[in-house]
Amino acid sequence: MQFAFTDDQLAFRDAVRDLLARECPPSVVRDAWTNKHGRTDTLWTRLGEMGVLGAALELTDLDLVLVFEESGYFAVPEPIVEHVAVAVPLLPEPTRAATGAITAVTSLEGQGAVAYGNSADVVVAGSDAGVELLEAFEVTTLPNSVDGSRRLGQVSSSGTGSGVQIGDRDVFRRAFDRGALGTAAQLIGLTRRMLDMTVAYVSDRNQFGVPVGSFQAVKHHLADARIALEFARPLVYRAAWSMSEEDPDASVHVSMAKAAAGDAANLTAAKALQCHGAIGYSYEYDLHLFMKRAWALAAAWGDASWHRSRVGRAIL
Amino acid sequence: MDLTFAPEEEAFRAECRAWLEANVPRGLPSGDTRDGFGVHLEWERALYGARYAVVSWPEEYGGRGASAMEWLIFEEEYYRVGGPQRVTQNGIFLLAPTVFEFGTQEQKDRILPRMAAAEDLWCQGWSEPNAGSDLAGIQSKAVRDDAGGGWRLSGQKTWTTRGAFCTHLFGLFRSDPEAERHRGLTYFLVPLDAPGMTVRGFGRLDGDEGFAEVFLDDVFVPDTDVLGEVHQGWGVAMATTSSERGLTLRSPGRFTATAARLIELRRERADPHDTRLRDAVIRAWTDAEAYRWQTFLTVTRMSAGEQLGAESSMTKVFWSDLDVRMHELALELLGADAEHDDSGWMKGYQFALSGPIYAGTNEIQRNVIAERVLGLPRK
Repeated sequence: MQFAFTDDQLAFRDAVRDLLARECPPSVVRDAWTNKHGRTDTLWTRLGEMGVLGAALELTDLDLVLVFEESGYFAVPEPIVEHVAVAVPLLPEPTRAATGAITAVTSLEGQGAVAYGNSADVVVAGSDAGVELLEAFEVTTLPNSVDGSRRLGQVSSSGTGSGVQIGDRDVFRRAFDRGALGTAAQLIGLTRRMLDMTVAYVSDRNQFGVPVGSFQAVKHHLADARIALEFARPLVYRAAWSMSEEDPDASVHVSMAKAAAGDAANLTAAKALQCHGAIGYSYEYDLHLFMKRAWALAAAWGDASWHRSRVGRAIL
Repeated sequence: MDLTFAPEEEAFRAECRAWLEANVPRGLPSGDTRDGFGVHLEWERALYGARYAVVSWPEEYGGRGASAMEWLIFEEEYYRVGGPQRVTQNGIFLLAPTVFEFGTQEQKDRILPRMAAAEDLWCQGWSEPNAGSDLAGIQSKAVRDDAGGGWRLSGQKTWTTRGAFCTHLFGLFRSDPEAERHRGLTYFLVPLDAPGMTVRGFGRLDGDEGFAEVFLDDVFVPDTDVLGEVHQGWGVAMATTSSERGLTLRSPGRFTATAARLIELRRERADPHDTRLRDAVIRAWTDAEAYRWQTFLTVTRMSAGEQLGAESSMTKVFWSDLDVRMHELALELLGADAEHDDSGWMKGYQFALSGPIYAGTNEIQRNVIAERVLGLPRK
């Protein structure tokens, strides 16, 4: 038992973190809410140059889990999990996707609406019937996501009919689990971010002549959020290991991770808002960018109830 | 990362499982009653005889020199087969780590083997009527007795678990009357039959005589029974609290075992179509697994040389709240039968309710988490 990441895995995470800290401040996330495509101008290319977009061709789910966690921390408005974790490993010709020349998104049964379909070049679509690659498709726009950067749609194939079959039912199930795992990791990152923002705010904001973070009522809210993070995170890392090792119970481990991470993120969003007071409720303040991403991702790729139900089928 | 157990760990698990399955007694009375305590001591001595009482201790003190991971494995197996409460826990889990860290060689040799063998039975003398959550408000005094070569202790300790059945007390006393709060305290080891000691047991919530108050009237303690440096008792004691709140006192194996029993109870008692109860049971099981994996993460960090600090407060809040939730759920599954349940759930529920109170209330733990893990301002 050695439950720790390698220096290489941590170094990769740190490199991505440095890039995102520079290139994905909240202003970039906010811009994606109102711009044409809901994405960033340059980050996709930068991630391609760094090797993140094609990383799954060489690296394992475990190698990537911390990268997805960082993408959550910065609320990166790009289809990182869909493209990197799910689609690229399945593409017959992944070169252009790996560099970022094209964007692949996913339309897997169970993930919910298709995010970023409006700017996709290819779609990996799947269900228990199998997985296919759609190069000609139509996107029907759905009502707006609570997270303004996530442009939602439904995808259907068009033109010459159905897509190219690229996988069977087992491939679909593994693809879905990779999406759920990557999303769970993003929720861990979002939880950390909301906690960091709130700790900074309540340490700085004075009322009654003292920082509001010195009041026990505020401390206890944030302690509860920190506890939820503490006990969700190991489940996510453990699920990543199980996926990498092709553990027969990996799906159950992914479901435990997604349920716990979604619950932790939702709890932390509520605590963060309450501890910010009115400022957190204002649209100009950045907290809501992270809260809304958390709400969206906690619901996507199977919400906590759905995943617990899947755990139940294994243990009850 | 490697989340598998090593072959020798698997072998150790198999050995523990075989012995425990053959030897764990069933249906023992509560160890928090005078008669029940005696029955439990027989079990503790059987554990000692098979060298399972203190597996993580060095062999010369009665252990097996087991690693932290092996100790966790032992705990998983112990509670999986329904092993009884450990009535020796306050000695072997709370005092012993402090003796290993701060004790002299003479103290280790004198105290630890008898503790492992359940010959000396230790209780904790920290709380006082006016020093509970505010533990640094301890008023019981230690007055220097130069002629006798020791100290004279006076005052009152309370909430002393199983104090009426134990033989020795470890406690904190104010040795420097000029010093305030955390300073000027000394950690003493005292036999409960010393002249001037009076122990009075009293009932807990469930009616068992599991509590005691201890009155000290000019009790002489020789210098050889001071643990750690004089006036440095607070720092010595804090080493113990980290063990108490952290994984040693309530390891994950207890809660994964309770979760497994809860799954059984649901199978027997619940409408299989009741999705709310189903979801609640799965959540409890997932939380117990989360504690297990968080512990493996922590043990990996400790084996890399990191110290367990304020993080142990998160562990304490998590397991104690989880234990209450699981027992509440069990009572709900039992329905009207919960009132007269004798399968252990109602008894267990009452005990679970003490979890958020003992070892530092969860309110205090949340303050610690906020201030020392998150870095929020103290004032």
